[in-house]
Amino acid sequence: MKQLVMITLALFLGTGLFAQNKNEKATIEVDGVCMMCKERIEKASVRTKGVKSAVWNVKTHELSLIYDARKTDLKTIQESVAAVGHDTQEIVASDEAYESVHPCCKYRDEDVKDDHKNEN
Amino acid sequence: MRLILCIFLAIPCLLIAQEEISGTILEGNDSGKEIGLFGANVYWLNTSIGAVTDDTGYFSLPYDPAYKKMVISYVGFTNDTLTITKPRAIKHTLRPKGDLDEVLISTRKKASSRSYLHSQNVINVSSDELLKAACCNLAESFETNPSIDVNFPDAITGTRQIKMLGLKSPNILITTENIPSVRGAAQAQGLSFIPGTWVESIQITKGAGSVSNGFESIAGQINAELQKPSADDKLFVNAYAAIDGRYELNTHLNTKVNNRWHTGLYLHGNTRTLKSDNNDDGFLDLPLAKQINVMNRWQYTDTENGFVSFINLRFMTDEKQTGQLDFDPDRDKLTTNFWGSEIKTTRYDFSAKLGWVNPEIPYQSIGVQTAFSNHEQESYFGLKVYNINHQSFYGNAIYNTIISDSRHKVKMGLSTTYDRYEELVLNTEFNRTENSVGGFFEYTYDNLGDLNLTAGIRADNHNLFGFFVTPRLHVRYTPWEQGVFRFSVGSGRRSANIFIENQQLFSSNRIIKILDGGGDIYGLDPEKAWNYGVSYLQGFNLFGRKADVTLDFYRTEFENQVIVDWGNSRDVLFYNLNGESFANSFQVEASMELFDRTDLRLAYKYFDVQATFNGGAEDRGTIEKALVPKNRLFANIGWESKLNEKGGHWKVDATYNWLDSQRYPFTDRSPEEFQLPERTPTVGTLNFQVTKVFSPRFELYLGGENVTNVQQEKPILSADVPFGFNFDSTFVYGPIFGSSYYTGLRYKLQ
Repeated sequence: MKQLVMITLALFLGTGLFAQNKNEKATIEVDGVCMMCKERIEKASVRTKGVKSAVWNVKTHELSLIYDARKTDLKTIQESVAAVGHDTQEIVASDEAYESVHPCCKYRDEDVKDDHKNEN
Repeated sequence: MRLILCIFLAIPCLLIAQEEISGTILEGNDSGKEIGLFGANVYWLNTSIGAVTDDTGYFSLPYDPAYKKMVISYVGFTNDTLTITKPRAIKHTLRPKGDLDEVLISTRKKASSRSYLHSQNVINVSSDELLKAACCNLAESFETNPSIDVNFPDAITGTRQIKMLGLKSPNILITTENIPSVRGAAQAQGLSFIPGTWVESIQITKGAGSVSNGFESIAGQINAELQKPSADDKLFVNAYAAIDGRYELNTHLNTKVNNRWHTGLYLHGNTRTLKSDNNDDGFLDLPLAKQINVMNRWQYTDTENGFVSFINLRFMTDEKQTGQLDFDPDRDKLTTNFWGSEIKTTRYDFSAKLGWVNPEIPYQSIGVQTAFSNHEQESYFGLKVYNINHQSFYGNAIYNTIISDSRHKVKMGLSTTYDRYEELVLNTEFNRTENSVGGFFEYTYDNLGDLNLTAGIRADNHNLFGFFVTPRLHVRYTPWEQGVFRFSVGSGRRSANIFIENQQLFSSNRIIKILDGGGDIYGLDPEKAWNYGVSYLQGFNLFGRKADVTLDFYRTEFENQVIVDWGNSRDVLFYNLNGESFANSFQVEASMELFDRTDLRLAYKYFDVQATFNGGAEDRGTIEKALVPKNRLFANIGWESKLNEKGGHWKVDATYNWLDSQRYPFTDRSPEEFQLPERTPTVGTLNFQVTKVFSPRFELYLGGENVTNVQQEKPILSADVPFGFNFDSTFVYGPIFGSSYYTGLRYKLQ
C-alpha cells in the first residue's frame, strides 16, 4: 500500500514536473538599446533549439518567447542571449561577450543609453 | 538628418610652457539653431589625453606640437580625425554612420524604395511618391517610376496602358489589397477606375509573384493598398483642374464608429467637357469624360482577440465620348455622318477580408478573402459595336504558421475563381465561363541573416486549362553589407481576353480574324509563360549620403501566347504562337541623395521583345514586337525645402523620359500614301510639379505634363476618311496631346 502511494505520488509529481507545454510562453527582461540589439537578441533566441518565436521590445526591454518546454528552458535561452552580449534578468553577459556588440549597442554605457533616448 | 557641426575655436593660451586647445562642438540641425553637443569625445590619437564636451558643447584639451591627430567621436557617428599642425580655429562636420542609418538617424523616408530583406524584388511606392505627379488615378501613378512604362495604345480613347518588363498589363497581376482586381473586362480601362487619392501605397513585384495570389502573374505583380479608414484623415478634399478641360474632385470622410469599427466613404468624380484638337486632324485629342466612383469601407479591429476585417462596397460609372469634333452621339451614333465613339462602363464591387492572428501564438494566422464584381461595358467605335459583361468571384483562404521555429514559415491555402464573360463583337456573340479550384503551399526560410528563400507551389484545376501546377521560387542572398542578390523563377498562365485587351483595334477599319486553334477561349489556347530573373542591389554612401544602384535582368519565355498580328494593315490576326516569343529586359537604376532633401533617380532600360509572326499571309519570322522602344532613359529629381514653424514647405519634382525609336507595325501592303517609315522617331518628355504645403492641413500644387510640347504628328492614318479602308488610330508611339498644365489643392482634417 505504502509503495502504491509512493508510486502514485511519484507519478503525480512526475506529471506535475514533466507535463510540459510545447508552446510554452514566457516574457523575460533583456537589456539592450536599439534595433540592432533587437536583431541580435531575437536571432540568438530563435537559434536556440526549441525556441519557436522571439520578439524583443526596444522600449520595454521585454523578450516575449514561445518555446517547446520539452526541448529547452528559460535558462538555456538566457544563456544564448547572454552569449551574444546581452544581460538577461538572470544571467549577466560576460565582459568578453559584451565587448563583442557594436559600439552603438553598448547598453551598459550611460552615454549610449541617453543617445538612444533622444531618438524616441 | 542630424548633423553635427563641430566648431573648434582654438584659442591659444600660454600655460607654463604648455598650450591648450579649446572649442565648442555644436550640433547642426535643420532650424539652424546653435545647440551645443553634450558628451562628444575629443582626444589626441594614440594618447590618453582627451576631454568630453560639457552641456554647452565646450571642451578644452592640452596641446603639444607632438600631437598631430585630433579624434572627435560621438556615438552613432563616424569618428573623424583632424590633422592639427598648430592651434587653430577648426570648423568641422561629423557624419552619421551609414551602416547604422536605420538605427540612429531619423533619415527622411524615401518615397520609392526597394527592400533589402524581402526575397522578392519589390519596389514600394509610398503615398509621398504618388503625390509627385498629378496622378488622378492608378493608371497615372507610374509616371515617376522607371520600372513601369506608360503608353497610349491608340489615338482615340485616351486609355493609358502600362507595361512591365516589356510586356503589356494583362501579363501583370494587378491587385487591390491582394485581391485580383484589374483583370478580365477591366483590363482596358480598369486602372483609371481606381482614383489616385484612394491609394495609400503601391508595391511593384518584378518577376513571378507569390503563389498565394493565384497563377495569373507572368511579368510581375502590382498591388495597391487603399486608404484605411482608421489611419486616413477624418476629412480629405482634393480638387484638380487642368487646362485640357479635366476637373476632378475627391472627398474622403472617415469616422470611428466605436472602439472596433471604423468606416470611410470615398467619393470621386471627374469630368472633361472641353473639346480639344491640337493636331488639327478633326479628331478629339482627349475624350470627353464623366465618372462617378463611390466606395464605402468598413474596418474592424479587435487587437485583444486578434481579429481584423475589411468590407468594401464600390460603385462606379464612367462615360467617355470621342471621335470627330462635330460628332454628336444623339444624332450621329452608328451612322457615317461623323466618326464617333462612346464607352459606357458600370461596375459594382464587393470584397471582404477577415484575418485572425492567434493572440496566444502570434505566428499562427488565418486569412479569408472574398470578392465579387460585375463589370459592364457598352461601347461603339464608328460603326463597330463592342459590349462586354464580366462577372467575377474570387475566394481565397490562407493559413500561416511555422515549422519548428520562426526561421521556417509556411503558408498554405485554397482558392477558387469564377468568371463569366458575355461579349458582343460587331454582331458575333462570344460567351464563356471559367472556373478554377486550387491549393497552394509556400515555404519561407529565413536564416535571420544573409539568406532567405521562398518556394511556392500551387495546383489548380481549371475548367478550360485542365489540371496544372505552378511552381515559383525566390531567393535573396546578402553577401556583404547593403549588397543584395535576388533570383526568381516561376510560371504563370492566363486566358487572353483578346478583344478587351486590344480594344484599340476597333478604332481602325481592320478586319478581325481569329485563326481557330481548336482551343476553348475564342478558339485559342491559354497563355503560358516562364519568367526568370536576377537582380543585384547595392546600397552605399556617396560623400556621406545614401545612394543605391540596382541592376536587374528578367527573361519571360512564352510556351504559348495569343499572337496579335498587325502585320497586314488591312486586318488584325489572332492565333496561337507557333514558334518563339520572349521578352528580355535589363534595367539599371541609381538613386542618390544629391544634397540635403534633394533626391535624384536615374534609370536606363533595354528591352528585347520578340515573337514569331507566321500566321498571316506573309511569314515574318521571329521579329521585334512593334511599338516597344529598345532603349529607355529615365531621370527624376525631387527637392523639398526645410519645414517652417507651421509645418509648411515647398516640394519640386521633375521627371524626364526618353524613348528610343520603335518599330512601326508593317504598312508595306498599304497604298503608298498610307505607308509609314520602318521606325518611329525618338520621344523625350518632361513633366514637373511644384507643391506648396502651407501647413499639414492645406497644400496647393501646380504642374506641367509634357512641357516641351512633344506631339506625334498625324497619329491617325486617313483621319479625313474615317470610314475608309485605311483609317487607323493604332500607330501611336508618343504623346497625342501637347503640353498641359494643371493645378489642385488638398485639404486634410485629422
